[in-house]
Amino acid sequence: MEFTPARPRRASRLLASVLAAVVASAAPTGVVAQDAAQPAATTKKQADAVLIKIGYIRWDEPRVTLSLIDMPYPDDGYSGALLGIEDNNTTGKFTKQSFELVTKGVETAEAALAALDELAAAGISYVLLDLPTDVLLAVADAPAAKDRLLFNVSNKDERIREEDCRVNVVHIAPSYSMLADGLAQYLVWKKWSRWFLISGSLPQDKLWAEALKRAAGRFGAEIVEEREYTATDTARRTDTGHVQVQRQLPVFTQDAAEHDVVITADESEIFATYVPFRTWDAKPVAGSSGLKPSAWDPSHEQWGAYQMQNRFFDLNRRGMRERDINAWTAVRIVGEAATRAKSGEPSKIIEYINGPDLAIAAFKGQKLTIRNWNHQLRQPILLVDGRSTASVSPQEGFLHEKTELDTLGYDEPETKCSF
Amino acid sequence: MRKTRLALIAGVAATTALVGTVPASAYMIYVTNEKDNTMSVIDSNTLEVVKTVKTGQRPRGITISHDGKEIYVCASDDDTVEVFDAETLQVTHTLPSGPDPELFVLAPDGEHLYIANEDDNLVTIVDTKKHTMVNEVPVGVEPEGMAVSPDGKVIINTSETTNMAHFIDSETHEIFANVLVDARPRYAEFKADGSELWVSAEIGGTVHVIDPKTQEILKNIKFEIAGVSPEAIQPVGVKLTKDGKFGFVALGPSNRVAVIDATTYEVVDYLLVGQRVWQLAFTPDEKYLISTNGVSNDVSIIDVANKEVIKSITVGSYPWGVVVSPN
Repeated sequence: MEFTPARPRRASRLLASVLAAVVASAAPTGVVAQDAAQPAATTKKQADAVLIKIGYIRWDEPRVTLSLIDMPYPDDGYSGALLGIEDNNTTGKFTKQSFELVTKGVETAEAALAALDELAAAGISYVLLDLPTDVLLAVADAPAAKDRLLFNVSNKDERIREEDCRVNVVHIAPSYSMLADGLAQYLVWKKWSRWFLISGSLPQDKLWAEALKRAAGRFGAEIVEEREYTATDTARRTDTGHVQVQRQLPVFTQDAAEHDVVITADESEIFATYVPFRTWDAKPVAGSSGLKPSAWDPSHEQWGAYQMQNRFFDLNRRGMRERDINAWTAVRIVGEAATRAKSGEPSKIIEYINGPDLAIAAFKGQKLTIRNWNHQLRQPILLVDGRSTASVSPQEGFLHEKTELDTLGYDEPETKCSF
Repeated sequence: MRKTRLALIAGVAATTALVGTVPASAYMIYVTNEKDNTMSVIDSNTLEVVKTVKTGQRPRGITISHDGKEIYVCASDDDTVEVFDAETLQVTHTLPSGPDPELFVLAPDGEHLYIANEDDNLVTIVDTKKHTMVNEVPVGVEPEGMAVSPDGKVIINTSETTNMAHFIDSETHEIFANVLVDARPRYAEFKADGSELWVSAEIGGTVHVIDPKTQEILKNIKFEIAGVSPEAIQPVGVKLTKDGKFGFVALGPSNRVAVIDATTYEVVDYLLVGQRVWQLAFTPDEKYLISTNGVSNDVSIIDVANKEVIKSITVGSYPWGVVVSPN
């Protein structure tokens, strides 16, 4: 098949995307004002439009990734929320509702609680959260969080959906178990059911590894070998380069029991990126590297996602990532509820979101709804290799009496959540 | 084969209506193939592909001039509408469609094309004779479905993320009403007498019947298929018979076309077609309904009178849009 550039506009978009990625990684610059006293998104307000403000508290402690191209963008998440605001405002022209985003970057639990107080004082009833587990729970339990609705856009921890669930938190991000189940279904369909699991030794890596083990048990895969990568601290950027890694990884993966696939569980970005193409045996890799389960990927284009990627790129000159789609979805849920409830009244909007009728279209081939037992957004899981979307789970044949989406993660009979 | 069939049709026509000494001619069915940038041409008598034509990139929406001389194709990734001469199947010119045209509708007078620009929240109005852009109308997020009332006065656009049907005055190009519908409205179709507007909601899984005069929703048609998960029932293309008695709705990945009694709004049947059914078109005599099946790379031919699928025809890669010549 011959290739011709799709069109100049798109071609330049892609080039700009690459440049933007490099610029963002090399020299982070604040695209969206953090701790913004001013709303990050301002809109032409209609005189008689109802104003609906949405807050966003984001953990700004630096995150470092092994791969340079996975480094977080300075506007990570914020940009998705802003596109959601723009989309809501386009609809708002017809419904006389206008939307604004107020962002707060924080690095401590105290700052997060203070940010919540400020947002509450500004009359904001909906707050997106990108926070570690303990801070998220502290914010959800704060007096200022009462009668407000919080949206978890990044945290995958099972605990905040199960034994430590909170009625005022909607989880937009899929949990570890949903991601693990999505991956497991595909690997079992592929008949790669003998897994060699390599997990990191930090607490977050263990949580992810536990979810993967649970998934193996649920869908008929087997962990034939398990190893722990014990190094816990590593400089991701080094001048010395690849030579040691190239020698270490084959040795580390040597003499494992006969397996079909290597599964990496490395939330801490210590080793997983270095596993593909460096294993002792010639085996595919999945989990934290290789084939990854994800809520989104810049390569995803089915079900109208192509339009979403284009709109996002036009606004931000970079590819859209998981936090961006989760933030967009959260903002759209508020917008959708405001449209359907025909009201800007927080109690009515929150009632609609928590009610049985909320359904959101988010470019994943079917409507997304919220599990009423723990307020987790039901959603398909993309399986991506960094270049393309290899598949989307649930896989055909994994059946459920209510909805196949509930084959992913903890189902109603298993939940430990009670509101 | 073709000759005997023609003779038979001519014979029937002569004895029953005593008109037409010329045998009924074959209609041409044009199918856009989204993935391989082609258009398949099918003869409605032989039900075989007679020609495959190269198009611009990512061809989706397709329609034809009322005299059957010009075929219009949305080449989405080329940001243009290509105009093919129906005789020669050569591109004669392009129309300034605006970016990423997906679906469009031709005005009853044939002078204007109303085009949904999915990326830019616009409906573009193009003059088909002067080949110029007349106006752009800002609408909701991700405009998709397009329809025009039989009297030409009202243009309908559906926006997939805003979830509305926008009513646009074709004289002033102003939106005068917005109807909130279920999630991801994809297609809009008027009854031939203009009394009803049907709008399909892909993610909502419903078809709304709207009174165009009051803009009120008269009915939400729902679908249920034994053994098919509700999420897989995703209404896309809608067609209504000229007498207003039957509606046909393509149901996406459920691989079915629903047959609806358009007077009671009851679903009377589900016809199994190819995989991921997108769009539908009647032959002008309404003998056949054609469905494009995106995943199975074929079109299904439905016998309208008997409500049964009689044939599937392999076309290009990812068939999307379909239109039939008027003569």
